[in-house]
Amino acid sequence: MTTQTQSLYRWKDDPVLTVEHLSMRFGGLLAINDLSFEVGRGDITALIGPNGAGKTTVFNCVTGFYKPTEGRIVARHGKGAQTEAVDHATRTGKRWHKSGEGAVFLLERMPDHEISQKAKVARTFQNIRLFGGMTVLENLLVAQHNTLMVASGYTVGGILGLPSFKKAEKAAIKKAVYWLEHVGLVDRADDAAGDLPYGDQRRLEIARAMCLDPQVLCLDEPAAGLNPRESADLNMFLRYIRDTHGTSILLIEHDMGVVMEISDHVVVLDYGVKISDGDAAAVKNDPKVIAAYLGVDDEAEIDVPEVRQDLSGAKGVPHE
Amino acid sequence: MEYFVQQLINGLTLGSIYGLIAIGYTMVYGIIGMINFAHGDVFMIGAFISLAVFLVLTTVFGVTFLPIVLFLALVVSMLFTSFWGWTIERLAYRPLRGSFRLAPLITAIGMSIVLQNFVQVTQGARVKPLPPQIQGGVELMSGSVDGTTINAQLSYMQMIIIGTTFVLMVAFSLLISRTSLGRSQRACEQDRKMASLLGVNVDRTISLTFIMGAALAAVAGLMFMLLYGVIDFYIGFLAGVKAFTAAVLGGIGSLPGAMLGGLLIGLIEVFWSAYFTVEYKDVAAFSILAIVLIFMPSGLLGKPEIEKV
Amino acid sequence: MSGPGLVSAARTPNASQGAESRMTRALREASIAGALAGVLGFFFLALRTDIVTGGLEVTTRWGLWFTAIAIVFAGRLALNLFWFGHSYGAGKTAGRKITRLLPSSKIVGRVALAFALILPFFFMVLFPNRDRQYIDLSILIMTYIMLGWGLNIVVGLAGLLDLGYVAFYAVGAYSFGLSAQYLGFGFWTALPMAGLLAATWGLILGFPVLRLRGDYLAIVTLAFGEMIRVVLINWKSFTGGPDGVSGIPKPTFFGLEIGRGSGSFGDVFGLPYEPIHRFVYLYYIILALALLTNFVTMRLRRLPIGRAWEALREDEIACRSLGINTRNTKLSAFSTGAMFAGFAGSFFATRQGFISPESFTFLESAIILAIVVLGGLGSQIGIVIASVVMIGGIELLRNLDFLKQIFGPSFEPAEYRMLIFGLAMVVIMVWKPRGLVSTREPSATLKEKKLIGADQIAQGEGH
Repeated sequence: MTTQTQSLYRWKDDPVLTVEHLSMRFGGLLAINDLSFEVGRGDITALIGPNGAGKTTVFNCVTGFYKPTEGRIVARHGKGAQTEAVDHATRTGKRWHKSGEGAVFLLERMPDHEISQKAKVARTFQNIRLFGGMTVLENLLVAQHNTLMVASGYTVGGILGLPSFKKAEKAAIKKAVYWLEHVGLVDRADDAAGDLPYGDQRRLEIARAMCLDPQVLCLDEPAAGLNPRESADLNMFLRYIRDTHGTSILLIEHDMGVVMEISDHVVVLDYGVKISDGDAAAVKNDPKVIAAYLGVDDEAEIDVPEVRQDLSGAKGVPHE
Repeated sequence: MEYFVQQLINGLTLGSIYGLIAIGYTMVYGIIGMINFAHGDVFMIGAFISLAVFLVLTTVFGVTFLPIVLFLALVVSMLFTSFWGWTIERLAYRPLRGSFRLAPLITAIGMSIVLQNFVQVTQGARVKPLPPQIQGGVELMSGSVDGTTINAQLSYMQMIIIGTTFVLMVAFSLLISRTSLGRSQRACEQDRKMASLLGVNVDRTISLTFIMGAALAAVAGLMFMLLYGVIDFYIGFLAGVKAFTAAVLGGIGSLPGAMLGGLLIGLIEVFWSAYFTVEYKDVAAFSILAIVLIFMPSGLLGKPEIEKV
Repeated sequence: MSGPGLVSAARTPNASQGAESRMTRALREASIAGALAGVLGFFFLALRTDIVTGGLEVTTRWGLWFTAIAIVFAGRLALNLFWFGHSYGAGKTAGRKITRLLPSSKIVGRVALAFALILPFFFMVLFPNRDRQYIDLSILIMTYIMLGWGLNIVVGLAGLLDLGYVAFYAVGAYSFGLSAQYLGFGFWTALPMAGLLAATWGLILGFPVLRLRGDYLAIVTLAFGEMIRVVLINWKSFTGGPDGVSGIPKPTFFGLEIGRGSGSFGDVFGLPYEPIHRFVYLYYIILALALLTNFVTMRLRRLPIGRAWEALREDEIACRSLGINTRNTKLSAFSTGAMFAGFAGSFFATRQGFISPESFTFLESAIILAIVVLGGLGSQIGIVIASVVMIGGIELLRNLDFLKQIFGPSFEPAEYRMLIFGLAMVVIMVWKPRGLVSTREPSATLKEKKLIGADQIAQGEGH
């Protein structure tokens, strides 16, 4: 655990992803209203909130599945906020800008497939989206599509059976096996992904996203439906990803146990508005957060021990 | 001007027929999310039954009072075509409900081939011409262009077609909005599993949907036969595609949309033929289908779909 | 929901209905089916309208009507007594067991290939009198196999439902027909051009429509297919309109004509000319084209592009989240499929020597799609089986002359071809919704190759 050693708001100093004044409107419904937050480089950031708070909508905006009504979403490769580069890109109407410091990507301008390919923001889905009729291995190879496409000379070289492509494919399989080892699925590599038990599917989906070598990994309720043991394993796995690969993680989670244990930074949403933002300790004592989860007025004095306990997410609390 | 008014009337007449067929597509799509490809051929079946009833009454029983003949032809054709609609659903679609989506589409295409060829084998491939039965009409306006007189006439036949369509449409809307059948139907549209948990007999509701669709197609079949005076086993395909276009244009799943779409397709087709080229009138309908689906897939009166991620 | 689905199959027999014996129940259901047949058939079997001088006339055919009712009654009774009773609840698993029992598709494929290679000689030796007819039928079946394999890329692999595939077949045929007519092109010059043109048309038509969902895509492709046909009919000055294009040259053998006279194939190789040579040559051309289609498809499946197609069929949204440009991927599948249809089209033109819009109706698209789906989406060998069964089967009807002795001389078995074809489509689909061969072979393996069962495979249902 590396959390408490650095400054309190370091995600503002070195954000890998910033969401600025994001609004998303569906017809008459304002799902997200002027939302801003940062995801620190190398942090595990949790986005929490009651059902219908708009968390998945934020994900869909970040990963390009929805075009936000308003706002800017910036992903950065390289250190620091790179303000100049961001301004430059915004002004010139470009989708990204590369400079000596690194590169910035304006995600709201990019189509979904470019976001994962170029900006290196990968995601998983709340209702797992694996390629059920393909094997576990194939799932991980599809994730390396763009690399393999180039290696296959955009198919021409592949049809001719060039050795360079064979080499690239071997490397891709190697990478897949690496991730399968870490999620404990090597033995099932040749089984249909749809045949796996639920927990394995969740982990496979994360492994698949990791095959993209993402800078930011967005996980939509990764612990949903997992038992406490699986949930604990997941925490270890996420930390491993962050520590070994330096991937920043943004996750939506309902399981407070998971959130409070592993998050460096928690952002709380309610009705599309940010109501709290800080480290886990700060957020869990925020009366607004407690109110949102209980559904009472902000002003009301709350002191319900069970709720506090639930929010603080002691590890022993069962979540079945 | 007279020419224009005349085309307007013709277009509305043709559009009514398309609208009646389109309702069948839109209801079935709304409730089970499939394109009932055989529906155009159900319309053709309806036309053939109408013709047979008409001939039996006039030649065998010697009934000459036209309103009675038409009324009986309408009722009998609606009844018998309903049986066809019910049977098709029962044999070809119901066993595949819950299966993957391509399967019922393939059986629907298969059914369409079966119906066409069944009629071709049993009734022959040649067209069946029926001399015009209802003549005369009301002259609305008259004028002359370059010395030739042009009249805009609303014929009695067109009155009957538009009138019948209108009455049926109103009756139908009431049926859907006021009765428990309509309620079950809408419940099934929203969520079939939930509806069945709440005690809606889903199978029965779907069957009734097919029956109603077929009955309306039978009406369209009779109208078509009266209007054009000639039918063959192949009329279902083109009419079906155009009616489907109408359903999509109006917003699939929406009954008023289907009717509106039908009228628009009828008008477009007639005006296209009148002012451009007759040969390409089908291309016009097909282009509209493509354009609508590409640029406004939820149609004029349909609900927009938000992609669920 | 699967299993036998004829009238009231859903009513499962169970112990609580013990009071009603199986026979009674079977009789009751058979009566209902018979009555229904009577109602449905009344205006079509019992009555017939015909044109006579002075209008239309209705004739009655009670015998036919009663026969039909009796057949349905008996059929339903037999089904109830001998079929449904045994297979209840087994519907889904039965199909899978059958595929497991089949020898691996590799062996079947090799045997089929070996047979396909010697087929003309097989017919020439065994049926010297009918060899021409059988080889011609083989050419026809092989054309459908090739079309099936081409469409399989679009529908089976990429999960894009294309009901207008015949449009690209037409583009291929007309690009050869017209280039032969106006530019004097030969088959081998026109062949690559036909493929290229069809692929280009695939891109042009695919570009606007490929973002549509499953069945909407189907109906738009149908519309495009019909539009191309209507244009072919009406652009008389260029395409010849309904009369089509005739006098399309036969393919040459490295510049040698297969025919009589000096400088012809027979002349150079010292073989006396026989008309059968032409058929054999055409057969080998279409065999080579079909095998090329198969080879390319199998190769593509193991390449990233093919894997992306299948991933697209499984889950388009997941594909987008993995950096796959779904639009380009779909277009590549669509135009690759179109290209093979273009090749097949120009072969069709050279085989017939004459083409007209008549040959490119929606029915043709439906037949090809039916072959792909009935064979089992994505399965190459399934398509071969389906083509042989469906095309070969209905063509055989033409030869059932003995039926004339039963039903009288006016009976034309060939008239029933499409009726039976349609019925077969419905029945096979209800019996095995996943097609005849429904397992999927993975495109890459780590240790051991395992087939994937049909229940896991998605069918490209859109979003």
